[in-house]
Amino acid sequence: MYAFAHHRPTSVADAVKAATSSSQGVYLAGGMTLIPTLKQRLADPKDLIDLAALADLREIKPSGGGLSIGAMATHNAVAQDGTIPALSALAEGIGDPQVRNCGTIGGSLANNDPAADYPAAVLALNAQIKTDQRTIASDDYFQGLFTTALAPGELIVRVDVPKPDSANYQKFANPASRYALVGVMVARTGGDVRVAVTGAGSDGVFRFTAAEQALASDFSPGAVPEVDAGMMSSDIHAASDYRAHLVKILTQRAVAES
Amino acid sequence: MSEGIGASVKRKEDQRFITGKGRYTDDIARPGQTWGYFLRSPHAHAKITAIDTARAQKAPGVLGVFTGQDVADDQVGNLICGWNITGKDGEGMKMGPHPILAQGKVRYVGDHVAIVVAQTYNQAKDAAELIDVTYDVLAPVVDTATAHQSGQPLVHEEIPNNLSFAWELGDKDQTEAAFSSAAHVTTISLSNNRLIPNAMEPRAALGDYDSGTGDFTLYTTSQNPHVARLVISAFVGIAPEHKLKVVAPDVGGGFGSKIFIYSEEVACLWASKKVGRPVKWTGERTESFVSDAHGRDHVTTAELAVDGDNKITGLRVKTVANLGAYMSTFSSAIPTYLYATLLSGQYNIPAIYAEVDAVYTTTAPVDAYRGAGRPEATFVVERLVEVAARELKMDPVDFRRKNFVTEFPHQTPVIMQYDTGDYQKSMDRALEMADYAGFAKRAKESEAKGRRRGIGLSCYIEACGIAPSAAVGSLGAGVGLYESAKIRFNPTGNVMVYTGSHSHGQGHETTFAQLISTHLGVPVDQVEIVHGDTDKVPFGMGTYGSRSLAVGGSAIVKAAEKVIDKGRKVAAHLLEASEEDIVFDAGQFSVKGTDRTKSIQEIAFAAYVPHNYPEGLEPGLEESAFYDPLNFTFPAGTQVCEVEVDPDTGRVTIEKFTAVDDFGNLINPMIVEGQVHGGIVQGVGQAMLENCVYDESGQLITGSYMDYCLPRADDVPSFGVDMTITPCTHNPLGVKGCGEAGAIAAPAAVINAVTHALGLPHMDMPATPQNVWRALQAA
Repeated sequence: MYAFAHHRPTSVADAVKAATSSSQGVYLAGGMTLIPTLKQRLADPKDLIDLAALADLREIKPSGGGLSIGAMATHNAVAQDGTIPALSALAEGIGDPQVRNCGTIGGSLANNDPAADYPAAVLALNAQIKTDQRTIASDDYFQGLFTTALAPGELIVRVDVPKPDSANYQKFANPASRYALVGVMVARTGGDVRVAVTGAGSDGVFRFTAAEQALASDFSPGAVPEVDAGMMSSDIHAASDYRAHLVKILTQRAVAES
Repeated sequence: MSEGIGASVKRKEDQRFITGKGRYTDDIARPGQTWGYFLRSPHAHAKITAIDTARAQKAPGVLGVFTGQDVADDQVGNLICGWNITGKDGEGMKMGPHPILAQGKVRYVGDHVAIVVAQTYNQAKDAAELIDVTYDVLAPVVDTATAHQSGQPLVHEEIPNNLSFAWELGDKDQTEAAFSSAAHVTTISLSNNRLIPNAMEPRAALGDYDSGTGDFTLYTTSQNPHVARLVISAFVGIAPEHKLKVVAPDVGGGFGSKIFIYSEEVACLWASKKVGRPVKWTGERTESFVSDAHGRDHVTTAELAVDGDNKITGLRVKTVANLGAYMSTFSSAIPTYLYATLLSGQYNIPAIYAEVDAVYTTTAPVDAYRGAGRPEATFVVERLVEVAARELKMDPVDFRRKNFVTEFPHQTPVIMQYDTGDYQKSMDRALEMADYAGFAKRAKESEAKGRRRGIGLSCYIEACGIAPSAAVGSLGAGVGLYESAKIRFNPTGNVMVYTGSHSHGQGHETTFAQLISTHLGVPVDQVEIVHGDTDKVPFGMGTYGSRSLAVGGSAIVKAAEKVIDKGRKVAAHLLEASEEDIVFDAGQFSVKGTDRTKSIQEIAFAAYVPHNYPEGLEPGLEESAFYDPLNFTFPAGTQVCEVEVDPDTGRVTIEKFTAVDDFGNLINPMIVEGQVHGGIVQGVGQAMLENCVYDESGQLITGSYMDYCLPRADDVPSFGVDMTITPCTHNPLGVKGCGEAGAIAAPAAVINAVTHALGLPHMDMPATPQNVWRALQAA
């Protein structure tokens, strides 16, 4: 780890100020990715802005039948909530107990790891990302591997998640890392079906629109189409053809169980 | 006695381990201690054309920056491989020089380029970033099977075709005859996947030179501190043996990887003299991945000849074994005498012929890893037998039964003479526990859920209790493989036991104390086991190859007999009887046929306060013994794995795992069962999860837990474990060793079960979801 200055602001305004006034400032929102990265000397921030003292950001509140989740809510807190069962189940499946008690939804979304679970939920549930500056629709938020719509220094404050009529998340874990090798969230609200896939896409989380269209008219496992293997990522754990196959299988299972 | 041999005494050492009071190498801090950091090669294969350390030398806190040139200038010797293999051509193996810091060339990612010594670890690490190394990158050699084909880049320029040796064992002509007259021949090609050991405690070392006395002390994570001292003294030449102390304190797991003598520990020792202060290095996990000696990595073609009566008549094997970039301490013995000598398995096989080509590649060194050669042999034999049975349309159980060795001693065609065993009995018990008979019903239930179920056996044998010195000497070993023990009674009657074995998780402090309890009648809590310090314990060979109890325990028993012999003399005097009339039982010396008795504690007191003492007898009660085994021991048994496969995803779940092992007599059944559990998990890890992958450029892809998949608790079910017992015939305890069985047996059991479920003859390990799915697609 290289040396850095540690800041612990007590308000969102102070946090954003600390980040924007630093030449190389980074928010610490759980640190489940950032701390290992620092320890391996793969990052060299000058200022670490620790969000742990922002108590308001830990709150999970009911909101119009759904939830308004503070950015600093831990995975465990979301798992315990239960208002949106599929979302809580997803959170329960992230990492291990230590990770779930440290890692946060805001941290996960800001990092946008292509194998993280939350992006699939946020996209399929059509959540809104509220920052210190604006509200970003989930369809506009994810912009590729580790890339989001956030401007430098922009801080996620809350994530507003509408409650679907039904939803289900199916995760096929990477045997080693236990990140999603493929994760599929299917959500149905009224006649609208949204299917979001994490872990598999070569450009990060994506909406499986062909499945959404097919399922809108026939919500059954048999209606799920193939996904283009050319869109899939490939590594030693799963080549693109296997990932494409799993996307279909997991989508079918999510439909069957939602 | 309830805490003696056969009792599941709770482990004495766990109090300190569980409460965080273990004292590991990294916990030791010497006055004035500094830190070493190793600059490692980022390339698999490259010439070093220049190293500029000037900026690093001037960095804050830096006390010294040393490179291969300094090693050469100081005439520091090379690391060695201590077992010379003679090839088919009659020539000795070709061993490329292994300097502790690279000289002119790096040969794998992680190879040691320089050591920076600084006041703090971060300063050393910062300074290492300021070293400018100019590399001329060369083509790597990564693939085991083709490493010795002509035209490959040479890892060591002086070694043609990257071939250290081409070795053979067995009777070639007789084996060919068996195949030419066979009614059926089964052939398989397989790879034994490369593994990375992953002890919980990373390797660490602390070198401490005392300029006042000229003494060197090395604290290090070693399974065999005396072997480390011998190599570092006699070959590397840092200090003569009497001026070098090696201490291996608590060590958090080894699995073989801490047998070997590594660059880092030697460099810390050498550097401590150069900077005049102690130098510590504690490996980061990434360093463990890239630089601990890896395991396995064989590519093999194997054939089994069977006659018209379904009797095995011959076995033929051709293996290419990867040595990595340098020959590690025991690397040559693993794919030869610890591998091919076990190719007879539990079976009567009249003719066996094995050929092994050992090749260099630009990867980390490969050496012993839990099982060491014997898992590779078992995988070959048990896959061959399984496939042959299926081809012959026989139940694999019946085929095995028909070919089991049933009479002992049994001489195999590949050196080993099995002293005892009962393979039918352990298999029968395993089949009963696994409900083999009910498998068809369970398979139907799985089918109804869209799943496929399979069951597989592994009837393994291992050669443990390593090893008779004369035998291994005749095969090329540079050392003897006896063990030492010293028993010292204190005047107040408690006991110190000094053993050359080393405990790094095995529970010696408990098991060995139980030996003393039974043999000398001293309570377990009155016995202290001392190990891991070359200044304290007699010269010993350490712990590996499931040898500690069979060899080290036997040495303790031998020393205990000497203690009793001396005590008898003292007792005869005190009890005014003749020595022949003194009997010893349960800690009491008695005059035969009388109630006159003295406890061994009273005898000890008399020996140290010899006011009333036999004339001519030395005071004190302390005896040493060395025990050199007469033969290997042959633990064997049957392990049964039952799996369910989800054909849609390729995911395999282990539904049931049964192990029935014959380890001979058991000293502490609880510890033995724990060893079985751990071994099975490592075997399952190899079979389903673990795989070391280098890419085409020689970069280690699986260099962290993000990609290298160690088994977790939820990857395995609760195990069914039982033992059958046929005591070893040639050591005083009748024990065989239990540390490696699971790792040896489980891979074949798992793959036999998975291929049974899939209806395929073979698939390579690991049976990951993707690999299983792909095997199904190809079928």
